[in-house]
This record gives sequence, C-alpha cells and structure tokens, in this order.
Amino acid sequence: MSDIHTSSSGESHGSVTSYVIGFVLAVILTVLAFAVVATHSLSPSGTILALSVLALVQVLVHLHYFLHMGGGSEQRWNNMCFVFTVGFVAIFIIGTLFVMNNTAIHMMSR
Amino acid sequence: MLGRLSLSAIPFDVPILVGTFAGVAIIGVAVLGLITYFGKWGYLWKEWFTSVDHKRLAVMYIILALVALFRGFADAIMMRTQLALAYAGNPGYLPPHHYDQIFSAHGTIMIFFLAMAFMTGLFNFVVPLQIGARDVAFPFLNNLSFWMTAIAFILVNVSLFIGEFSQCGWLAYPPLSESQFSPGVGVDYYIWAIQLSGVGTLLTGVNFFVTIVKMRAPGMTWMKMPVFTWTAFCSSILIMVSFPVLTVAVALLGLDRYFGMHFFTNDGGGNQMMYLNLIWAWGHPEVYILVIPAFGVFSEVVPAFSQKPLFGYGTMVYATCAIMVLSFLVWVHHFFTMGAGPDVNAFFGIATMVISIPTGVKLFNWMFTMYKGRIQYHACMYWVIGFMVTFTIGGMTGVMMAIPGADFVLHNSLFLIAHFHNVIIGGVYFGYIAGMNFWFPKVMGFKMNESWGIRAFWFWFIGFYFAFVPLYVVGFQGMTRRLNHYDNPAWHPWLLVAEVGAVLILLGIVCQLTQLYVTIRDRNLPENQDVTGDPWNGRSLEWSTSSPPPPYNFAIVPHVHELDAFMHDKENGIDTRHAGGPYEAIHMPKNTAAGILVGGFSLVFGFAAVWYIWWLAAIGLIGVIGTVIARSANKDIDYYIPADEVARIENEHSRKLMAQAAE
Amino acid sequence: MAHDTTVHAGHDEHHHESPVVFGFWVYLMTDCIIFGSLFATFAVLRNQFNGGPSGHQLFEISGLGIETALLLISSITYGFGMIAAHKNEISKVIGWLALTFLLGLGFVGLEVNEFAHMIHEGAGPDRSAFLSAFFTLVGTHGLHVTCGLIWIVTLIVQLMGTTTIPERMMNKLTCLSLFWHFLDIVWICVFTYVYLASMI
Repeated sequence: MSDIHTSSSGESHGSVTSYVIGFVLAVILTVLAFAVVATHSLSPSGTILALSVLALVQVLVHLHYFLHMGGGSEQRWNNMCFVFTVGFVAIFIIGTLFVMNNTAIHMMSR
Repeated sequence: MLGRLSLSAIPFDVPILVGTFAGVAIIGVAVLGLITYFGKWGYLWKEWFTSVDHKRLAVMYIILALVALFRGFADAIMMRTQLALAYAGNPGYLPPHHYDQIFSAHGTIMIFFLAMAFMTGLFNFVVPLQIGARDVAFPFLNNLSFWMTAIAFILVNVSLFIGEFSQCGWLAYPPLSESQFSPGVGVDYYIWAIQLSGVGTLLTGVNFFVTIVKMRAPGMTWMKMPVFTWTAFCSSILIMVSFPVLTVAVALLGLDRYFGMHFFTNDGGGNQMMYLNLIWAWGHPEVYILVIPAFGVFSEVVPAFSQKPLFGYGTMVYATCAIMVLSFLVWVHHFFTMGAGPDVNAFFGIATMVISIPTGVKLFNWMFTMYKGRIQYHACMYWVIGFMVTFTIGGMTGVMMAIPGADFVLHNSLFLIAHFHNVIIGGVYFGYIAGMNFWFPKVMGFKMNESWGIRAFWFWFIGFYFAFVPLYVVGFQGMTRRLNHYDNPAWHPWLLVAEVGAVLILLGIVCQLTQLYVTIRDRNLPENQDVTGDPWNGRSLEWSTSSPPPPYNFAIVPHVHELDAFMHDKENGIDTRHAGGPYEAIHMPKNTAAGILVGGFSLVFGFAAVWYIWWLAAIGLIGVIGTVIARSANKDIDYYIPADEVARIENEHSRKLMAQAAE
Repeated sequence: MAHDTTVHAGHDEHHHESPVVFGFWVYLMTDCIIFGSLFATFAVLRNQFNGGPSGHQLFEISGLGIETALLLISSITYGFGMIAAHKNEISKVIGWLALTFLLGLGFVGLEVNEFAHMIHEGAGPDRSAFLSAFFTLVGTHGLHVTCGLIWIVTLIVQLMGTTTIPERMMNKLTCLSLFWHFLDIVWICVFTYVYLASMI
C-alpha cells in the first residue's frame, strides 16, 4: 500500500478501446453459452461444464475490462477483499451442498 | 386502516406487563421531564443525537448496551424464578405463552443489543485513537449505524406493550416460526428488529474495516498495530462475511410469512434444514465476532497491569486470524443431530476442536505476560483473571460437545445452555466490563470507583458459578432447554441453587450501578481525576491524548516507530503529541440529523410492516429513501477547526501536564 | 505484510484521500455474499417442484436473450459515461447515463412482465419451493437494478446545471459504476445457473 491512490483519482478508468474489447468478448461468450444450450450439441453434464467455464471466463472479462481490476499494487486491498469474498462464498455454497445432500440421503427426504 | 392493529393487541390482562408499563412510563416521563426542566433538549440534539464524533457515539452505544442488559437480565431472573417454582404440579407464575416470549426476548436482546452494542461502543471509542486517526472512515454512517441499532431495540421493547414478541426462541426456527404455527405478530417483530439492527451492524463492520485498512497513522504497519485493533479488524471481517447470511435467512423466513412462499414450510417442497444451515453460517461466526474483541481487551489490560509488554504479540495476531478463518468452517456443529451422516459430522466436529488450539495459545500468552510481571490487582485485572478460569471451563465443555456422539446426548439440553453462558458471560461480558473499567478514564476524564468494581466482580463471578454449574448437572440428568414446568424431583434442588445464582448476579449488577453512581459522585476528587490522560502507564496511542480527548483526537498525527508506540516514545523521550505545534486548521465532519431521521423512518416502517399497515410502511420507506437522497445532495457537510483553537486546546493540556509533573 | 508502510492517515489536512470508493467496494463484497447465500438456497431447492412446473417448462430462451443483451449494452454505455466524466464533459455524461437508465428500465420492465406472466399462469412464488427460490434470487437482482435506476436519476439531477465534476461527485459516479458492473456479473451467474442450466 505504498501507493495510497487506491480508489478514486489514481484508478485506471479504461478507454473506449478497452470497453469495446470487453464488450465484444462478453457478447461472444454470452452467445456461445446460449448456443450450447439452444443447439443441444453437448451431453447434459458436458453442457453444465461448458456453461461453467464460459461463465467463469466472462466474469473474469467483466472484472478486467469493466471493473478495471488488475494486479497493480494500488489495487491490492480491492483484490484481497474480492478473493476473500469469493473464497467464503465458495466454502459456503460447497459446504451447504455437502451438508444438505448428505442430510437428504440419510433422511431419505428426496 | 390500521392493519392487524386494534385495542385488543394491548395486553391489559397481563398484570406483569401492566406493572412494567407503569414503571417504564413513570421513569420515562421523569427522565423526559427532567431533560425539559433543565432545558437540555437542544444540547442532547446538537451534541449527542446528531453527533458524528466516534467518542460520543461510543458513549451512546454503551448506554444502549447497559439498558439492554437490564431488560435482558430482567427476563433471565424471571425465567430462573419460574423454574424454581414450577415443579410438581405448581404451574409457576408465567404461563407458557408469556414464558416463551421471555426466553426468546432474552436471547435476542442479550446478543444483538447488549453484546453487539457494547462491542461496537468499545470499537468506536478505542480503534480510531489506537491507530492515530481523527475519526472513523465514514462518520455519518457511524451515526446511522447507532440509530439503526437503537431503533431496533426500541422495536423489540414496543412488542412488550403492543402485541407480543416471538415465542420461537432467539433464532426462530421454522416450521414453528412459520405463519401456520405462529400467526401472531411476535415473529414479525423479531424479523424486523433483526433486519434493521443488521443494517447498522453491517455498516459498522464496513466502517471499521475501511478505517483500519486506510487510516492508520504513518509508520503503523500491520505488525505494529495494537492487538485490540487487530481483534476489531478480524471481528469486522466476520461481521461483513456473516451478517449478509443472517439477512438472507431471516428475509426468506419473512417471505414465507408475508408472501406464502415455501422456503422452510412443511409443504410445498420447503426445507427447514436449510434455515438451520443458513442461520448457523451466521450464528457461529457471530459468537467469534463477540469474543474476539474481548480477547483484544484482555491483551490490552494484562500488559498494562503487569507492567510488561504482551508476551507473544505475533502468535496473538496469528491466533486471532486463525480463529477468524476457522470460525467459517464449523457451523454444522450446532445441528449435528439434524441427520447428516458421519462424514459430515466428523469433518465439522474436528474443525471445531481445532479452534481450541489458537484459543489455548492466547490463554498461555496472557499467562506468560503476567509471569514475573509486577501485577497490580486493579478491578480490571479481577475481571481478566475471572475470565481466564471461567472461559477455560466453558471452552472445555465446548470441546466436549464438539464430539458428535456426545452432542447427540447433550444437544438442546441445559448442558448446552450452561456451556454458552459459560463462554459468553465468562468471555464476552467479563471482557467488555474489564474494557469499560480500563478505558473509562479516557472517555470521561475520571477513574471508575475500584472497590465497588471489585464487589461487582465477586458477585458476578460467584453468582455465575451458582447459576450455571447446576445447569450442567441437570443437563446431564436430561433436562432440555426451554421447559416451562417439570416434575422430576432430581432437578428441583439444582434449579433452586441456580435461582440463588441469579440473585447473586442481580447483586453484581446493583454493585455495578452503585459503582457508576459513586464514580460520578466522586469525580472531582483529585485522586479520581485523570489529568495526564495516561492513568495506567499505557502502551498504545490512545493514552497519549488528553482525557477526554479533544474532538479531533490528535492535533498532529503521531508517527509510529514501534509496536506499543506510546511506550516506545515515553522510553525514548519522544513527545508523541508534538506539543507546541506548529498547528494547522483541522478538517472535521459536521454533525447531521440524517442518521436519526433514517432511523426514525425505519422504526415507522418496521412497526407498520409488523402490523400490516401498508400506507404507513410506504411513508416510512419513502422517508428513508428521501433522507438518503437529500443527504447525498447536501454540500454543507464539513468544517475546519481553526489553528488558533487547536493551539489553545493543546496548550491547555500541556499546562496541565506540566503542573502534574511539577507536583 | 510487514513491509507495508501506510503513509495515509489524514495527516495532510487539505487533501484527504477519500475512502468512499474502497468502502463501497467492500460493501459490494457483502452484497456478493447475499447473492451467494441466495444461490446456495436455490441450489438446494432447485428440484423441489411440488408437482408444479419446472424451469424447463417455464423459461424461454428468447426473452432471456433480450434481457441479457439490454444489461450487457447498458454496461458499456455506463462505461462510456465514465470516460466522459473523466474528461469533464458533463452533457455527454448525462446523455450516457440517460441511455443506461433506459436500458436498465427495459430490463426491469421485461423482468416484471416475465414475473407477471408466470404468476398469471399459476406459477407464482407460492407454488413451490423451486419457484420461491427462483423469484427471490432473480427478484433480488431486479431490486438491485431498480435501486441502481433510482441512483442514476439522482445523479443526473445532481449533475444538471453544473459545469465541473467535483471529487465527491466523481466518487459517486465511480461507486455507481462498480454497482452497475457488479450487477452484470451477478446476472452472468443468474442466466447461467438459474436459466440456462434448467433448459438443458
């Protein structure tokens, strides 16, 4: 945090080019996701896998081109918060599915 | 027009409530009358209610916490009295309908409005001063947080006299809390009180996180940060991570009740177990939110009264962070009996036991700090030593219940109740009271009376064991929690002992009140005055300011060279204050009525939503949004304290210091 | 972490680095956890149809496509607004914000229409646990977009008639930009895991 301009004034705020690149990538990824489902070209589990990969890539595209997240030292705390939050959400969703599925099997509730 | 609200909602037929209402009304009218008589309304409004000064907000938080303590304790002693009486055919004096509201309100109030408010009060007072900041990052949000907490507490108390409170326990488990089984307004009061106070708590978490990350004094690197600030930091992170989950859990329950949805209902495909899963993903971190700052208090008090630096600062920090992370991984231990298989229960049981390792590290650190120290048995130290003994026992019973097999026997028995009171009273409450005795002179400029403090400690300490050791015993004998009456002769004598314990704790509270009274009465005695601002030969930056600190805290922001910055400066002859200046004008946030307005409109909204008075709820909601928008358009939000004024305040303090040194 | 030196502490009285944007980012992280909890709930309840309609029967890919397109385009129009704001071109900022508002309004309108249609067909949130979870998750996102719309109007009004963008206003625009793009990311997860995954 030697650079204190973490937030407002010193932040990179993108250019027309970077927004357009991000937008085009996002459109391609979205269309691919819709196409995978609409054309039924993959098996169900394959489709889920493809959708997850496409969603993950698109989230990264949005973070980079629209939210301007990067590796700069001025963004260290923003990135740390984000990684920590994603980590917690992952623990919680995976943990919930682990617990609730296990319970459902043992309690024969489905 | 008035939704579900009618005259029959007012419980005229319950003599206890009518009596309570009369008492509250008389005291209320007396207080309001005195304020009017002395013409203090303007002063209160300008200097306190609209204040954005973290020191003022801290005082208001702690007053709120103490009021909540009285309400919560009144519930507690009523319950103990009921169980001492309601044996072998005697129904006791509280019918189940009333008794169930009392235990629900007791838990809700003690956690959300005593413990959380006290903790936030300590954060507010100590953190900005310890890190050498002039205020928190968002002073207006700080004021708003206070009012959201305060109005939520008012909403809970309104339920005493208009309608009823929840009868579903402090976490309102469905399906009992669904409208099918609880059609009244009780659960709705609970839902809105939790949601409104949750807004305040979440903003507090964000506020202190940003304050600690962004506003530390120059030179204060992470490993030079005082331990209390570290614990406030970890606690804020836990607030930000867990309170949104609580919001979701309670919101989904509300959607079930208000819109007939099927998240947790018996029919329609709902799943009650998901509620447990959500609420405990908040509930377990919540107890660490409360106890971690108490650990921080001990880490400040023990070195100060042992006249030694804290033993193992680094391990203390890492232990705190380890507890913070582990506390996400244990939530299932609150419902081992729900029906998950051995793999799930084993994982969460082991994760729970692992937490005792960093906690043990902390206990040894405090003991090694005391070892070969010059210990002064100040009232704070009594609470600390009482904590060490009590919390260790509570921790060990916790590890017992982390064994899933044992938990199947002890789940929802009074053993559990004894365990968590053991850690919450012995850990959280003792810690916060130690902190109050420790920082009181900094807040007010005079010391707390010690002998009444020590008396209060002994009554609390002995009373605690009398009240809760019997509950461990009857828990083993199979007595479940939340019983209204019973006919097992083996339990009766133990519950009588527990009643004695509750009375001893009552005497402890009376001693605490007397302590406050005597402290204020004798404030002008020279031995009680805190002239130097450093009554305990303290180690961190808050002791370098005057007591009470000036509105801007630090005229010149200190430069931190070492851990225990103020002690380092004292030992090396550095003047932390830079007395003599040169001073500059100081930029300060202006007081604002927006916080109390948003709070007031939220109270209207919450009350109207409880009673289905939709036009009034709309007014409340529009009021909240309108106030926020108006606030965002307001440009008149700050001012400067001129350099001359700063110099005048600082020179006066320097003169006092010199006069003291000359004596 | 030990080598950090935090120089910033308000020691410079006249140029406080505002912590507003960082604070808002931290707040958004808590919002992210709200959505995470709702996704977890949806994942647990997604097959509890209670004899009612499933997502496969209810969802239409064309309507979803239009909603997604509106939100995606609104992201780039807001981005262009931010670029104009950094160049201090206030009338352009207002124009881009107004366009973003219209796109967002279109999104909310379509969503309300979709919900009304489903409720009309007897597939409302009280029909089954799956539908409760669906309406709540998607509705919470829609509510956030609606709050964003109110915020855009507020900022447009505050920008009108001004000639420069002071730091406080810039902070507000930046916060809203984070909010708006964040909602877009949530929507990616919504259309992937709620809609598309049910249509397989």
